[in-house]
Amino acid sequence: MSAHAERQLKICDTTLRDGNHAVSHQLGHSDISSYAKAAELAGADLLEVGHGNGLGASSIQVGRAALTDREMLEAARAQLKNTRLGVLSIPGIATVERDLKPALECGVDEVRVAAHCTEADVTRQQITMLRAMDVTVKGMLLMSHMAPTETLVKQARLMQEYGAHAVILMDSAGAYTPAVVQDKVGALVEALDIEIGFHGHNNLGLSVGNSMAAVKAGATIVDVTARGFGAGAGNAPLELVAANLHLERIETGLQLFAALDAADLAESTFVKVIPTNDSVTIASGIAGVFSGFAAPTRRAAERFKVDPREILMELGRRGVVAGQEDTIIEVAMGLAEKNSLYDVI
Amino acid sequence: MYAQEGSIADPLRVAIIGTGNIGCDLLLKVMASPQLRCESFVGRRNSSPGIALATSHGIPTTAGGIDALAEMADRIDVVFDATSAQDALCNWKILEGLGIPVIDLTPAHLGRFCVPALNLEECLDEQNVSMVTCGGQAAVPIARCFSDASDGGLGYLEIATASSSASVGPATRANIDEYAFTTQRATYEFCQVDTAKTILIINPAEPGIVMRNTIAVPASEKIDMEALRVSVDAMEKRINSYVPGYRVVVPPVAVDDRIMVTIEVEGLGDWLPRYAGNLDVITCAAVAVAEGRAEARR
Repeated sequence: MSAHAERQLKICDTTLRDGNHAVSHQLGHSDISSYAKAAELAGADLLEVGHGNGLGASSIQVGRAALTDREMLEAARAQLKNTRLGVLSIPGIATVERDLKPALECGVDEVRVAAHCTEADVTRQQITMLRAMDVTVKGMLLMSHMAPTETLVKQARLMQEYGAHAVILMDSAGAYTPAVVQDKVGALVEALDIEIGFHGHNNLGLSVGNSMAAVKAGATIVDVTARGFGAGAGNAPLELVAANLHLERIETGLQLFAALDAADLAESTFVKVIPTNDSVTIASGIAGVFSGFAAPTRRAAERFKVDPREILMELGRRGVVAGQEDTIIEVAMGLAEKNSLYDVI
Repeated sequence: MYAQEGSIADPLRVAIIGTGNIGCDLLLKVMASPQLRCESFVGRRNSSPGIALATSHGIPTTAGGIDALAEMADRIDVVFDATSAQDALCNWKILEGLGIPVIDLTPAHLGRFCVPALNLEECLDEQNVSMVTCGGQAAVPIARCFSDASDGGLGYLEIATASSSASVGPATRANIDEYAFTTQRATYEFCQVDTAKTILIINPAEPGIVMRNTIAVPASEKIDMEALRVSVDAMEKRINSYVPGYRVVVPPVAVDDRIMVTIEVEGLGDWLPRYAGNLDVITCAAVAVAEGRAEARR
C-alpha cells in the first residue's frame, strides 16, 4: 500500500468520448474545440476524445460519427497544453494500422485499451506495442459488474503484465453499489502494483457515491463527464465529483470553479438533454445492460411497438455486451412476434 | 494401423497442423468424412488436449511441429493449417517447397480466398487456399447477396460478428487485427463495395451465445429488397449443404438507418458445445474444399 501513498488523484474527463454516446456521436468541431479549452482550464489530467466506442468505431452497428477520428483529435489537440489528450481503443473494433497509428500521429498522449472484463488477453497486442513505443497506455475492463472480484484481479494482472500503466474498472451498465465498488477496487489496489481507476455510470443514481467510494478504496484515476453527459443515465458528473473532492480536501489538480464553468459551458453548447434516470435507463441498470444500448433500444421499441424495458431485461438475460447492438433489433422483433403486433415482412 | 469409420478405398490423405479449438473440431470432421483420412495430427506439445483427443481416436500424432510434418511429406496429399497467422507463413514456406497443397484456416491470407458457396470449383487446383476467417465464411456470402441485389455495387457494408468467449482461442485473440483485415479483403474480393468494415465482439455469457453475424448497409444504398430476400434464402440453402447449422434469424429488413440481415451458426457440437458455430463454419468449409479435391482427382 505504501507504494501507492504518494500518487495524486487524477481526473479523466471523458465528456468528448463517452459523452458522444448521448448525441449519437454527433459532436462537432466547435463543440470539441470549446470544451477542450474549458477542460484545460479546469485542470483535468486527461481529456478523452472520440466516438463513444473509441477509435475506428464509427459504424452502422454502434452509430456513425459526425467527424472522423482525425478531425476530432486535431480539434482537441489545438486547445490542450497541460491536459493530456487521450483516446479509447477497443481491439476487435480499432486496429493498429487503420486507427491507432494515425491517432498517435495526431498527438495523442495516452491510449486506453479496453476489453470486456473477462477478455483482457485481446489487449495484449495493442498494450505491448504502445508500451514499446513509449506511449502512456492503460487497460480498461468493460462491463465489470459481470465478473466476480477474483476474475477481475486476474484479468487486471494480465493487463499489468502486458505493460499497462493503470487499469480502469468500468461500470459500463451503471450497476454498481458503493459496497461493491469498495470491494472490487480495494482488491485491485491490493493485488496490483500499477494505478487503479474507476469509471462510473448513473443508472442507479450512484455514480458520484461510487466514484467517491472508489477513491476511498485507493483508486487514483476517476472518470467524469460534464453534467454527466453520456450514454443512458449518464456518467459521474465532473462538477459534482469536483465538489465532493473539494469538501473532502482531496487534491486532484482540478480548479473547482473552472470545473463548474466547464460543466456550464457544456450545458450551454452541446448537452441537449441533461442525462437523467427514466424507466429505460433504470431497467438497463437493473438488467446489467451497457448504458449505450438505451438510445437504440428506445428506437427499436418504437419501431416494433414493444416495451423497451422488456427488450433490456431480455438482453440482460442473454448477457449481451457493448458492441452487440444488432441483437436489440432481433430481440425487439421476437417480442413483437410474441405480442402478435407485428407481421413479419 | 488404424481404420477411420466408413472410409473409401482410396481416401485423400491429410494432415492437420495446429491442435487448438479449430484443429480439434477439424479433426473430428475429417474423421467423419469417408473421402478423407487423417495421417497425422501435428502439434508442439505432447501434453496438449488436442493430442490427447487424437490419440483417443487412434489418430497418429506428433509433437514435432512443422519439421515432423515435412519428414512425412510423401505420405500427405493435403495439409490443413490451423495454427496462427504468423506460424502459417513459416509453415507455408516449407510446405510450398515440398509441393504439398495447403488449406489455410488462419487469417494469414497466403493463397486464393475460398468461400465454398461462392467459388469452390475455382479453388480445387490451388496450392494454397485461404479459408478467410470464421466471420468471413459466415458473412461474406450474405454480403455478396447485398452486392448482387444492389444497383451496380455498394458504397459501404459492414459485418459485425459475435462469438462466445470459450470458442475464441489464443491464436485468434493474438491475431485480432489480421482477422479484421482478412475478412475485409475477402469482402472486397467477392463483393462490389467501396468500403467494408468488420467488428468482432467476444461475448463471455455462459452458456455461450450462438455465433451470430449481422451484415448491414446504410438505408441510402439502392437495394432491391425482393431480390435480396430471394438471394439470401438461396444462399442459406447452399451453405446448409456443408454447414448444417447455418440459419438466417433476421431476414432482410429495413430498420432505422440500415438494411440488415442477421445469421446464426450453430455447430455440430463435435469439439466445443453447439454454440461454437464459429468453429464449424470454417472447419466445414475447409473439409468441403478437401472433399472437392478428393472428388476432382477421381
